[in-house]
Amino acid sequence: MRVVLGEDLVLLRDGLIRLLQAYEFDVVEAVDNGPALLKALVDHRPDVAVVDVRLPPTFTDEGLRAAIEARKRVPGLPVLVLSQYVEQLYARELLSDRAGGVGYLLKDRVSDVRQFVDAIRRVAAGGTAMDPEVITQLLARSGRDRPLATLTPREREVLSLMAEGRSNGAIAARLFVTEKAVGKHTANIFGKLALPLSEDDNRRVLAVLAYLDRL
Amino acid sequence: MTDHDLVRGAGTRLTAAAHALARVPLCVIGLPLIPLQLYAYPLILVTVGVPLLLLFTALTRQYLRLHRWWAGAVLGEEIALPYRVPANRGPMTRVRAVATDPQTWKELAFLPLNAVVGVLCGVLPATLWLGGLFGFATPVLWLLGADGLDYSGITPTVPGGFLIAPLLGAGYLAVAWWATPRLVRLHARFVRWFLAPSQTEALTHRVRELADSRADTVDAQAAELRRIERDLHDGAQARLVALGMSLGMAEELLSRDPDAARDLLVEARQSSSQALSELRDLVRGIHPPVLADRGLDGALRALALAHPLPVEVDLVLDGRPEAPVESAAYFAVAETLTNVAKHSGATSAWVRVRHENGRLGLMIGDSGRGGAEATGNGGLRGIERRLAAFDGTLGIASPVGGPTIVTMELPCALSSVKTSSSSGTA
Repeated sequence: MRVVLGEDLVLLRDGLIRLLQAYEFDVVEAVDNGPALLKALVDHRPDVAVVDVRLPPTFTDEGLRAAIEARKRVPGLPVLVLSQYVEQLYARELLSDRAGGVGYLLKDRVSDVRQFVDAIRRVAAGGTAMDPEVITQLLARSGRDRPLATLTPREREVLSLMAEGRSNGAIAARLFVTEKAVGKHTANIFGKLALPLSEDDNRRVLAVLAYLDRL
Repeated sequence: MTDHDLVRGAGTRLTAAAHALARVPLCVIGLPLIPLQLYAYPLILVTVGVPLLLLFTALTRQYLRLHRWWAGAVLGEEIALPYRVPANRGPMTRVRAVATDPQTWKELAFLPLNAVVGVLCGVLPATLWLGGLFGFATPVLWLLGADGLDYSGITPTVPGGFLIAPLLGAGYLAVAWWATPRLVRLHARFVRWFLAPSQTEALTHRVRELADSRADTVDAQAAELRRIERDLHDGAQARLVALGMSLGMAEELLSRDPDAARDLLVEARQSSSQALSELRDLVRGIHPPVLADRGLDGALRALALAHPLPVEVDLVLDGRPEAPVESAAYFAVAETLTNVAKHSGATSAWVRVRHENGRLGLMIGDSGRGGAEATGNGGLRGIERRLAAFDGTLGIASPVGGPTIVTMELPCALSSVKTSSSSGTA
């Protein structure tokens, strides 16, 4: 799987390259600034890009802007954005084209290597990987939403994991229940929120995120 | 000058002259306040002087307020109060504040001088107008048989007197026309000179204000640095020490007891993510990254998104303020919105940001129950202090029953990047 990496700190860049190579990703290019990143993304059209939000030359949200711009030129280009902090505003911007293939994670999630690699693979496959902190923020501010308030604690748990981008199978493994049970919860959630239930994992995730973001 | 202008000019001048005449008694009745105040001083020795002095001073100041008011209206500017504020409400402190305030003595001198100037400036225009008109009436009175009538030394026997008297009257009217507004302004300026804070006092006041706000700023900064130091010491630093220990022990155990080593590694990883999370919170408190990335526009919208209530952000700025002002404005809005969520009971809020006349204006409103005020060590007082460091001001309009609107102003220039956004309910 071909990966383009955008990270300006040498220590982190080398660490990420080593980590990705250990899991048999092919890092085709690793760049350290926004303009070079945009060029690499458009030229290589990698299977997935791993990008730091803050990059030179401005040291602001250069990486995020490059990623969004690249997705405009190459629709659906899978991008996983890493950051020292998560901002709902940025999550919304990344998700705004509703095309999927987007991830937005805190940098510390890298330390849980298996989960991190899983998130990259999910994004590469057109799925979503939202940081649990983004979802917590989304759920916190939608506290007064009527339909959400009718969810049982278990359904809320399933909803959070689903919003992070996990498939029913992954949620089942995480909650130590059968996939069938998760399917039942999912059907209940979509019923209560009045969302059309789709068979496709990715589409389900995007529907849930759109619902939460609209609140 | 058309007839219309003439009539209007005469009208305003006559009104002004009438007002000036009406002020004559106002200027004179101030005179008894001088002995009243002065007698009170020796009486302080027998205590009864204390309430008397405070009473008479208050009376004098109220009386002078009238003068400030009319003089301000004439000059088209507000005349500020120059008095020193006593350190506390104790009667002796207030007496001392009154007695040592140079303004008290300046006003004692003002009262007699003002009586003289007031009478002159009041009587003179009225006399000129009446005298001028009388010049036209004199010949008629002569014809009616008032032979003994003398108009400015002109009698019916003076050759050409019938013509000279109205001409002289016209001359008086011309002088009255010219002099009335000037005399009124002269009196007003005289009042301002005595009753407005002098330039030195204004500067002294300003210096005191700046010294206070600087002291507050230094205190706040020192406290902030202490907090950061403590947070780092108890938080991230401690976690990194724990992380090092776990790693060291894992290294030791790796060959002997791989399972225990694995547990230690898991612990080390948890320490590292906790350290990161603490550093993240710390950084957010110092300078939120989204503010650095996107300026006030993005930062306020991010704030609105994270707020538990729907917050509408309406921002029009032709650039970015200097970083410290931007940061102060951001934290002021953040703190206010936190207050809204905590205390107001509101169901929605809004933020409006504009830059006009070299000032950044921020308004935050909510639909809550109102009754907010900046008291004690409350959040609003903290915001006030934070803004004062940049010469900014805070205003609160919060009637009981709501709604509440908090207004902040910060003088600042903008660097040229056009920012404009008007989000719907975020």
